[in-house]
Parts: sequence; structure tokens; C-alpha cells
Amino acid sequence: MTKVAIRYAPIGLIVILWELSSRTGLVSQDVLPAFSDVMVRLWQLSADGEMLVHVSASLFRITCGLALGIVVGSTLGFLLAASITAQRLVQPTLTFLYPLPKSALIPVIIIWLGFGNSAQIMVIFLGSLLPIVLGAYNGAKGVENTLIWSARSLGANAIETEWHVIIRAALPDLLAGIRVALALSFVLLISSEMVGAQRGMGFLVAFLGDGGDYAGMFAGAFVISAIGFAADRAYLALYHHLLRYREA
Amino acid sequence: MVAQRKIMNILMGAILPLVVIALWEFATRERLVSPFLLPPFSRVMVRLWDDIVSGELFSLAGQTFLRLAISYSIAVVIGVTLGIMMARVRFVRWLLDPVISIGLPTPKIAFLPIFILWFGVFDTPKIVMAIVACIFPLIAGTWSGTQGVDKYMVWSAQNLGATRRELLLHVVFPAALPQILTAMQVALPIAFIVVIVTEMLSGGNGLGGAMIEGARLADTARVFENLIVIGLMGFVFLRGLQIVRRRILGWHPEVLQEKN
Repeated sequence: MTKVAIRYAPIGLIVILWELSSRTGLVSQDVLPAFSDVMVRLWQLSADGEMLVHVSASLFRITCGLALGIVVGSTLGFLLAASITAQRLVQPTLTFLYPLPKSALIPVIIIWLGFGNSAQIMVIFLGSLLPIVLGAYNGAKGVENTLIWSARSLGANAIETEWHVIIRAALPDLLAGIRVALALSFVLLISSEMVGAQRGMGFLVAFLGDGGDYAGMFAGAFVISAIGFAADRAYLALYHHLLRYREA
Repeated sequence: MVAQRKIMNILMGAILPLVVIALWEFATRERLVSPFLLPPFSRVMVRLWDDIVSGELFSLAGQTFLRLAISYSIAVVIGVTLGIMMARVRFVRWLLDPVISIGLPTPKIAFLPIFILWFGVFDTPKIVMAIVACIFPLIAGTWSGTQGVDKYMVWSAQNLGATRRELLLHVVFPAALPQILTAMQVALPIAFIVVIVTEMLSGGNGLGGAMIEGARLADTARVFENLIVIGLMGFVFLRGLQIVRRRILGWHPEVLQEKN
């Protein structure tokens, strides 16, 4: 208990300094609303249900986009690893596209799909695709040949080998790729909602900021951070759960 | 034989982009797709050429490049310094550890409106936002790299009479370098993503600004033109970092193995 308290004491320190500097007028309230005001605003926004509307819109988009990315990306990655010809055809293009800053896709998607849900889902899907493809691909490529040969000699056909051996052995790399995609998805979600949306957390924060409700803006930014942090921790727990057989 | 194979691989790799471009051009010429949604590839190229000749492209790309270069270099210098300090100074570790563990996985872009409030709408909020977004992996990577330096190396150096400063410069830093460079390779695309987004959101031109303006004015060719330029820049920068890595780590087993 004391250990945790000592560990997280710096966070408490920051909060206290923040509260003091804005309460004493050291920093203008227009620039930095007091921490307590932010908390009050957070409570109000949550209580009247406004926060919930935006949070659920954002969560819906990121879930759809990322789920699509995982399904399509891992399928493509495994297919790619299975065929040398496909690799020679596709790999140079993937290497070229991988470093593209994915946020540059937002205007293109706005032209194609407008400002609705489908636009944000598409941005997240496209943005998360490549890290997942490469995770699945690298994982499947890195499977030890002896494992595949053993399965084959025990009578497994190509599909059985893929399912029971390759996909399982590739899991750590695939899951690591999905974690990268998860972090990227949040950035793309919030950015695309700030650029153009009628709902969502990114929209809410930008909207409150434009309207001069700075305490609300801080509250929104904290909610986004909290959700992003919780998603990452939940994913890590899932990651360790799925790979628990390796840790023994 | 090896050269032949290499040429073959390049040719194979060129098939997919060429097919996509051919289909793109064909579909748009035959009006299968509205030119508003997708202008012909040739028109995008003509547009690109025009903007190269008029110098417009260089001014936009220059703005983006400058913002990226400034924010990334500041982030690398501060991030690596803090990372090393976290590994070596207990107080700094106590202070920053919770901040890093909470800050690393959160989407920092949410704080952009706050930075716009604090620093206005010009270059400063964009640069600060990019620094904040990409500094966490730099600190964390440097910290874990410095922390993981082989104890025997440190002891040997100390035994040979190295001072704290010498130990840091000649043993700890070089030994942590591979992980520091990896962190730099992770941080660069993050900084680039954020610079583009901030240009879209708070004006000030740059390639991101040009793209969003194109989207608002239904000038689709402009959007695609800048998308291609941004893609090329991203590729060149990351490749550049890879080359630098190979140069700097010429002594490291990682590179020596590759050469053999």
C-alpha cells in the first residue's frame, strides 16, 4: 500500500501544484482551470449524459474499425506468409506504404465517405491494417520449420498445420502488432473526430475548447486518456492470458 | 546470379503498384468512378509537376519538414537525456516513472486543443504537440536500454578506473545505443502523424493544411498529390534512419552479422 502511494506520489504532487497555481492566480484560470473545477465539470458532463453519448460513439467506431483491421489484417498476413510468390509481389509495396503517416488518409476518406461513422471506421481500419498484417506475417514466417515438419509427418494436412501450428506459433507477433494498431487507432479516432464529426470524444474536446469551456475541454481530454490507458491495460491482460502457456 | 535475382525481385515488386495505377487511370478515364472521388492518376501527376515547377510544393513540404525536424530533434535530445537520467538518478526515476507509465499508452493528441489554447495557432502548439506525442517512447526506450546494460561491462570499466562521466560516455551510452535508435525509429512516424494532424486542425499550411484545404474545396487532385508527397517523405525519413543506424552501429554484432 505505502509502496503504491510512494510510486504514484508524483502524480498527486502535480495535481496539488496545478490546483495551487491556478487557485492563487499564479496562472490565469482562463489558461489553466483549477483541477477541482475540471473534476466538477467532468461530473456535470457525465451526469447529464452528454459524455456518455460521445464516449459510446467513439467506442463504437474504434471497435468496428479495429475488429475489421484484425480480421482482414491477420488473414492477409497469414496468406502472405504462405505464398512466396505473393511475398515477392506485395512486400515491396508494403515496405513502401508502412511508414506513411496514417493521418494523411483522413482527408481522402472525408472525400469518399463524408463525416459520418463510416469515415472514422474506415480511417481506423486502414490505419490499423498494416501493423497487423506485418505482425501476422512476421510471426508466421518465424515459425520453426521443425514444428511444421513434425506436424506434417504426424499426418496434418496444410489447413490443419496452418490452424494448429502456424497460427498458434505466430500469436505473440500478431498480438504485438495488434497492440501497436490499438494505440494507432486511438490517435486516428481522436484526430479524425477533431477534423470532422458531429459526435465523439475528439469532437467534444475540440467543440468545448472552441466554445471557451476550458474546464470541460480538460475533462474531455482526461476521459480520452483514461479510456486509452484502460484499453491498453485491458489488452495487456488479454495478451498475457492468451500467451499464458509460454510463461510457465 | 545474385544480381539477376535482385532485378527479378524489383520487377516483381513493381507489378502491383503498376497494376493499381493502370486500373486507377483506366477506371477514371472511362468514368467508372466520379473524378470528384478519384481524379485520374495522370492528372494528379500533372498537378504534382506544376507545383514542383512553381515551387509551391517545396514551400509546403518545407513547412512540414521544418516542424517535424524541430519537434523531433527536441524530443530526441530531451527524451534520451531524461531516459538516461531515469536509469541513473533515483529521484528522477521516482518522479517520472508514474508519468511515463500513464503517459505512454494514452492518446496524447487529445491534448491538442489545450496546446492551442496555451500557445496559439501558429508553429508552437504544433511543435509542442508533436514533442509530447513522441517523447514517451523515447524516454521509455532509452530508460530500458540504459537499465539493461550488462553489469560486467560497467564493473570492468569501473575497475579500470573510469570516472562516472567516462562510464556514461564510453560504456553505458554506446551499449544502450541500439535500443535508443529503435526508440527513435518508433518515435519518428508518431511525430510525423501528429505534425500532419495539427496542420489539418489549426491551419498554418504545410502538407496537412494543403490536404484538408483540398478536401474542403473538393479539389481531390490536390488531396492525392499531397498524400503521395507525404508518403514519399515518410518512406525516405524512415529509410534514412535505418541507414544512419547501420552507420552508427557498424561495430555492433547486429550489423556485423548482416554483412557476413
